[in-house]
Amino acid sequence: MQDKKTYKTTSNRVAVTGMGIISAIGNSVEDNKAALFSYKSGIKPISKILTIHASQIQVGEVSSSNNTLLTQLQLTPDTNFTRTALLGLTAVKEALNNAKIIEFDTYKTGLISSTTVGGMDKTEQHLKQYKTSLESQKYISSHHAGDSTQKIANYIGINDFTTTISTACSSAANAIMLGARLIKSGKLDRVIVGGTDALSKFTINGFKTLMILSDQLCQPFDDNRKGLNLGEGAAYLVLESEFIAKKEKQSILAYVSGYANANDAFHQTASSENGQGAYLAMQKALKIAKIKPEQIDYINAHGTATPNNDLSESVAIKRVFGDQVPNLSSTKANTGHTLAASGAIEAVFSVLALQEQTVFPNLNFKSKMKETMLTPITKIKKTEIKHVLSNSFGFGGNCSTIIFSKK
Amino acid sequence: MRNCYIHSAVSISAQNTFDTDSFLAAIITHHENKIQAIYPNYREYISPSASRRMETGVKIGFVAATKALTLAQLSQPDAILTATGMGCIADTEKFLNSIINNNETYLTPTSFIQSTHNTVGAQIALGLQCNGYNSTYTHGNLSFESALIDAKLLIDLEEANNILVGGIDELGNEFVDYLQMIEAKYDKGINVPFGEGASFVVLSSKKKANAIKLLDITTVNKISIKQLTQKLEVFLSGNNLNFKDIDAIVLGNNGDVFDNYYDDIACSLFAHAAQINYKHLVGEFHTASAFGFWLAIKILENQHIPVGVLKNSTHSTTLKTVLLYNQFKGESHGFILISIC
Amino acid sequence: MSITKLRLELKEKIIEQLNLVEFSVADIDDNTALFGDGLGLDSIDALELIVMLDKDYGIQLKDPKEGKEIFKSITVLADYIARQKNI
Repeated sequence: MQDKKTYKTTSNRVAVTGMGIISAIGNSVEDNKAALFSYKSGIKPISKILTIHASQIQVGEVSSSNNTLLTQLQLTPDTNFTRTALLGLTAVKEALNNAKIIEFDTYKTGLISSTTVGGMDKTEQHLKQYKTSLESQKYISSHHAGDSTQKIANYIGINDFTTTISTACSSAANAIMLGARLIKSGKLDRVIVGGTDALSKFTINGFKTLMILSDQLCQPFDDNRKGLNLGEGAAYLVLESEFIAKKEKQSILAYVSGYANANDAFHQTASSENGQGAYLAMQKALKIAKIKPEQIDYINAHGTATPNNDLSESVAIKRVFGDQVPNLSSTKANTGHTLAASGAIEAVFSVLALQEQTVFPNLNFKSKMKETMLTPITKIKKTEIKHVLSNSFGFGGNCSTIIFSKK
Repeated sequence: MRNCYIHSAVSISAQNTFDTDSFLAAIITHHENKIQAIYPNYREYISPSASRRMETGVKIGFVAATKALTLAQLSQPDAILTATGMGCIADTEKFLNSIINNNETYLTPTSFIQSTHNTVGAQIALGLQCNGYNSTYTHGNLSFESALIDAKLLIDLEEANNILVGGIDELGNEFVDYLQMIEAKYDKGINVPFGEGASFVVLSSKKKANAIKLLDITTVNKISIKQLTQKLEVFLSGNNLNFKDIDAIVLGNNGDVFDNYYDDIACSLFAHAAQINYKHLVGEFHTASAFGFWLAIKILENQHIPVGVLKNSTHSTTLKTVLLYNQFKGESHGFILISIC
Repeated sequence: MSITKLRLELKEKIIEQLNLVEFSVADIDDNTALFGDGLGLDSIDALELIVMLDKDYGIQLKDPKEGKEIFKSITVLADYIARQKNI
């Protein structure tokens, strides 16, 4: 298709040239990769937040304290960086190093981050001291969802298009999607995309009221699954137009070949029985990627291990793939459900799957769900992988799918 | 690249902008430092079983969106994009205070569920049974501009034809007081009230009679007043325009020291143009620029600038092209260009 | 407390807890289905009622699915509470 001057779609493939991640199973891409290969789970009793629910939950905490992160980023304790911002910046820095990008003057570079918690990790601690304590007051301005993104942009020196998406658990996937589209349209040459969320009392209590937390290690897709484990973390990809990536001789880790977002329009928090939103998202992503379902070699599922999500997602997967369901696993039993960051953390895992030609196992799985009889992969599986499909579904029926393809 | 037309624009604000045919004929002068929007009759738009869970932001967002669709004669948009700076702050405060006051016991889910930032977009989709693309932007005062950029991208890439886009922020009950407390410490802080509102538009790739065109949007994080001229030059020339082509500028003055950005270009580059301010009427909030957008559209549609918003007396007889500019504390600068066809 | 009084109390609490501003106690029949086609409550309301059971009556439901049977109607709910509390 011949396009007009500013409109470069089909000719402008979107390359992934860098990644950064911090999660309960490691503080870098290499650490996370090693953990996935060794079936390591970072889910444990909570240690950094005081909550009366401590004995009834297990969480995936990032091992570093805020002080450690501050020091590593060479920030002084008088800043008002929230944990969300610290995690995000750590992962962004790794992604930029990974992509060997040191300046933003040559190419128009944007930043699209995402979060649900925002500065709540600090707000909930300081709210009642705002009136009386100067030390607390500095966190007032860091509550809103855009603050962590703005802090990251200012720290690394990004000046072009910078924004924040907040669509619950599909946020980072939507950030990746927007970034890919901006590259495709030629509006940006490069973009850092992903998300960050810290654990907070707010979300722990929120999910508790929904009665979807498990007091044990979560069991995605298992017939006896009881609920999810919350997690925290951040991950970012560097996306570039293939043209620029090749011009600059970047390492191309993978391509973002397909993406889609659809709304379930069923309920504020629950997914529909037939997984309509998920089905539509997967269908559309395949269409954008111009590939057939049978060409998907691995699905990194949303797989939160809630009774509702895993059933709904399974039904949707069967609707798309019929009897030919590809290798499937959820990695949330490794990291916990990292909310907004999950789409990006799992994007990193999807790219690793392509690089390593390996399906990462779904931990804690014992028995198939009666309704769909789907069997996730439970052992490290080396196999040819050309295309990986990654799902992220959020409250408000927000369903997103990203497809990553090998070079 | 396809053109982007504005098929409707609706605003619920602290002025009479919603339930009226007149265009800011009678301005309401507010004396408080926090101003509520004038709320519509919710019953006309939202069932009691739905509205019982909704806080202000969700209600005014839902209603403004519904009316925008009706005016555009659109039953199902292809995409729904919402923007909010503080999100559903009232429910956030409610849930957080419950946690603190009850020491995490006997907490109920409704306010937690309703506190997620994409609640407005989700409720609209639910009400319409709309499965289309749905996203929420939460980047402070650039939230609405981000949503517009995505909307225009959907049209440019032929991913959607009719898009519902809106900006919503509610006052809330507690956090706004802390924000004002901090603001009061500055020598020259914000001196318009803090406000709330919901402004929605329907954007379309289809031309219609007398439609206003959304030409372009751009944002930049940090820029000096000096660099602003060059930035604007590039932005306008990229749309085959120069400074003289701008008939009116809609600026986000809020009384603080950073109004220098606006004042500088108003008297240098755009001295010939009509200068329009709005935050003294509707207040300052992250998505106030969505109201500015509504205002600019109405000005072009009506070929009239209400007295209450016009800062100077210059203006050309025909209003063709309007530039909007908003920033916050010298960062997050957003520029929007619209014109008549 | 008599079962009649308990039923009345439950109606008042449900109206308040769920913000059913359109309803008065007279509008809620003892045997009307609370969920689905009757009063039209949904799964979020069920969670709210589970909290109410705990907070006001000291009865804890561990599994939200239990609520389906217990919250069938005012009569069913009142009987359940009465049994649990030996009223």
